[in-house]
Amino acid sequence: MLLEMNSVKKSFRDSEGKLPVLKDVNLSLAMGESLALTGESGSGKSTLLNIAAGLETADSGAVIIDGQEITNLRETELARFRRQELAIVFQQFNLIPSMTVADNIAFHARLANRYDPDLASHMIAQMGLADHVKKYPETLSSGQQQRVAILRALVGKPRLLLADEPTGNLDEATADQVMLQVLDLIGEIGSAFLIVTHSAKVAAMMGRQVHLENGVLR
Amino acid sequence: MTQHVLRALLSYWYRNPLQLFAFLAGLALATALWSGVQAINAEARASYGSAASTLDKGQYDILVSRFDTPIPQETYIRLRRSGWLVSPVVEGNLNGIRLIGFDSLSSPHDFVSPPATWEATLDRIISGPKLFANPDSKDQLPTMMDIIEDASIEPGLALGDIGTVQTILGVETNTYLILYPDQPLNQPALEVVAPELRIQFSQPTTDISQLTNSFHLNLTAFGFLSFAVGLFIVHSTVGLVFEQRRAMVRSLRTMGAPLRTIISLITLEMLGFVLAGATLGILVGWLIAAALMPGVAATLQGLYGASVAGSLQLRFEWWASGLTLAFLGVGSSLSVYLWQTSRTPILAHAFVSAWIETHNRLLRYSAIGSIILLLAAVSLLVIPGSLAQGFLMLGCLLTGGAIGLPVVLSRCLSAFGHATNHPIFHWFCADTRQQLSGLSLALMALLLAVSANIGISTMVASFRLTFIGYLDQALAPELYVGVETTAEADALEAFARSKNLEILPVDMMTTWQSQGQKVQLLGIRVGNTYRETRRFIESGDSPWDRVAGGEAIIVNEQYARNFNTWLGDTVDLPDGRTLPIAAIVSDYGNVLGQVLVSEAVFQSIHPEIRALQFGLRTEDPDALGKELVSSLGLPKGAMIDQASMKQMALDLFGSTFLITGALNALTLTVAGFGIFMSLLALADRRIPQLAPVWAIGLSRSQLGWTEFARAVVLAMFVFVFAIPFGLAVAWILLKRINVAAFGWELPMYLFPMDYLAIGGLAVLSAVLAATWPTLRLMRLPPARLLKEFSSER
Repeated sequence: MLLEMNSVKKSFRDSEGKLPVLKDVNLSLAMGESLALTGESGSGKSTLLNIAAGLETADSGAVIIDGQEITNLRETELARFRRQELAIVFQQFNLIPSMTVADNIAFHARLANRYDPDLASHMIAQMGLADHVKKYPETLSSGQQQRVAILRALVGKPRLLLADEPTGNLDEATADQVMLQVLDLIGEIGSAFLIVTHSAKVAAMMGRQVHLENGVLR
Repeated sequence: MTQHVLRALLSYWYRNPLQLFAFLAGLALATALWSGVQAINAEARASYGSAASTLDKGQYDILVSRFDTPIPQETYIRLRRSGWLVSPVVEGNLNGIRLIGFDSLSSPHDFVSPPATWEATLDRIISGPKLFANPDSKDQLPTMMDIIEDASIEPGLALGDIGTVQTILGVETNTYLILYPDQPLNQPALEVVAPELRIQFSQPTTDISQLTNSFHLNLTAFGFLSFAVGLFIVHSTVGLVFEQRRAMVRSLRTMGAPLRTIISLITLEMLGFVLAGATLGILVGWLIAAALMPGVAATLQGLYGASVAGSLQLRFEWWASGLTLAFLGVGSSLSVYLWQTSRTPILAHAFVSAWIETHNRLLRYSAIGSIILLLAAVSLLVIPGSLAQGFLMLGCLLTGGAIGLPVVLSRCLSAFGHATNHPIFHWFCADTRQQLSGLSLALMALLLAVSANIGISTMVASFRLTFIGYLDQALAPELYVGVETTAEADALEAFARSKNLEILPVDMMTTWQSQGQKVQLLGIRVGNTYRETRRFIESGDSPWDRVAGGEAIIVNEQYARNFNTWLGDTVDLPDGRTLPIAAIVSDYGNVLGQVLVSEAVFQSIHPEIRALQFGLRTEDPDALGKELVSSLGLPKGAMIDQASMKQMALDLFGSTFLITGALNALTLTVAGFGIFMSLLALADRRIPQLAPVWAIGLSRSQLGWTEFARAVVLAMFVFVFAIPFGLAVAWILLKRINVAAFGWELPMYLFPMDYLAIGGLAVLSAVLAATWPTLRLMRLPPARLLKEFSSER
């Protein structure tokens, strides 16, 4: 199993006290498998994804990626883990505005020392961004920026791709097109894919679906 | 990996060259003023050091003529033959260079130092006539002379063997004789061997540095103030750069760039910029100092008689101090933001600055800190004043005011916002309050600059007004005449009597050491002039009659304050008699305590001193001058009229405060630049805040003008807020720092038009600072504003 989350619990403090978000979450994902995580707004989907990415820590439970328990890793080890093992796509793109499209796409792979220019060119062409590589992100449309963010995640061939509402800012047609392209590319590199989405249509494209409700997966 | 992270970080500057320019320029300006002032201080001090080390004349008693005449060679030989251990010195002036010739074989070994110069002199003099001079002075010396350049010699001074200098000056006499400290016990008395000579006792050699310490302290304080203004700006700029790159740092971290690597690279990057900015600043500071140096040299020469080179050398000490302060300044703000970055969770919202989140908390702390500092400034009033206490009071006052500014501004905006129903004005107040977190440091810097400007201009203008009034008293005679011999002096006095003109000796003066301090003794001829023109700070009954009768004396304010001796107290005169103080007079332009006695009392103490300079009262100084030339054969150059004297004094006054005025203007410029940088840096952050207002129905032009009005309104508020602080600064300068530094207290006058001009400059700086960001906002494409609604932020 590439990703295992066992009995993960997480709560936040607000003005009314402790608010449990994840009560007892168990989840697993194998290499090459795709999984859609759905749920109401505020149900804790993004929190679960962030915990899987090592961006947030669980209150209790275990998160194991490729046999490595990441819950107790130090900051530097977690950073290395994110760099080498996984990639994340956010709804708001998080591109580096001062770098060109080409540099943004290559960036994560270069950090992981896995940059392959030929693979990058191939993926760029497949995503229809070949004419935009020398541009800066601010000059692109939202759909194009999201494609850049996805390519940045995939060019380094991560074992696990995590995506938080990657099509949330896109219209339906564009979203469909982007998701098909993503699934094609993931199929080529064989990554596991965990996606958080509101869209039933996007969820249906994944191999498996789970629904987060009242802090537990159903 | 490291190179890719570094490349990403640096790409920010590549894409934002204006931010890079603003950051480097802010750093450079902050360092420039500090290092410029330090350069001036270091150069002047090096000149005194050179003067003191070159010629330690002050440490030896010397023999001088009682009649201010040269000492013949025969007198020197007679003294030597009778056992007096003396060494001859000749002094003169050539093309503005002070020439000193000494006998390298008989003069004390430490008369000229460093010893290397002295030894070199010994060696080289043997091979022929030579002069030793500072490289700056070489051009003014005769070209036929063999000039040995020596940077350790005071500028404007040349040294040589006595024979060489006598030949150059065309004299065969000596100016004075150095008296060795250890004299034989059985030598005949001086009155027997050379009754025409008297001993002039040594003076402390540190006089010049002591006198000018206050001047340099003032400059150093100005340097610190400038640096503080610059530091506010640098702090603000560093903070905004961190904020703008917060999203990038988040992205880097989510992709696995370790926080430690990011922090190390940001530190390296910032240190590189500090090095570049500070180096640029030091060079700019050097240029500023080089431009101001001639004025400073004139000031120090005029005020204290201290000779300072009018040019600058690149000195290690101010180079190092500029760099050190820049690194410390940026390091302090850098450490705060790095600490914040290291503590910020990866997923902390990128667009909500920790600054804003903590701003309200900071306002509370600022209010408390401000009150404590202002109370400390007030409490320092009750402690008797020293220079350091005065500056501490200034520091507490200005810092308290600066950190209190955002608190008061926030409260005022809140009150104005609640008081209005107009939606745009209401939004304007609320929005301005929100901007305070980003603008407050620049506004604090502007407050410091405006307060200092108001305070210093009030001090200078009050001083000028008082000084002009004082000149009317001190320079009452319409014509001043200098003679060379006592015979000419007698003839001049007789001439004045025959014409029934009032004649006043003005140089009947000597100094003596009283309780370890140098004091001037001035003999005055009490007549109508003194009675009618001099104003007293304090006086008893009939002071002039009592002074004229030899029953009392008058002291200047410096003496009264230095010795804490006031009206009715007594003063011990050099001959041992004790006389009461009949009045205290103000005496601006003198740093020494002075005792004024009647001419008769002075002559009974110093019968050997005769006046050679006189002031004459006349209604027609031109006609009198011509008559003196024709009747007594005095040269025209021996006379100077009152108007010229006053102009000279006012010119000196003007040059004294030239540097202050220049530094004032520069500080205000730096503060204006700070506002520009803050507005510029905030511009991008403003778009998400302005987009909804634009969408609701305000045009880009209206938004632009609102932004412009905000900068102007804030500058005006700062100006109004700065007035009481500026006046308090002026009061401390006039009533505390001047008293501690110079020994006199000055009356304080108000100059509303000057303040309005300063306010105008402050607003102008804000207008200039706001123009470009405003135009940028007005020309912002609607698509850019629309983008704010196209994705969740």
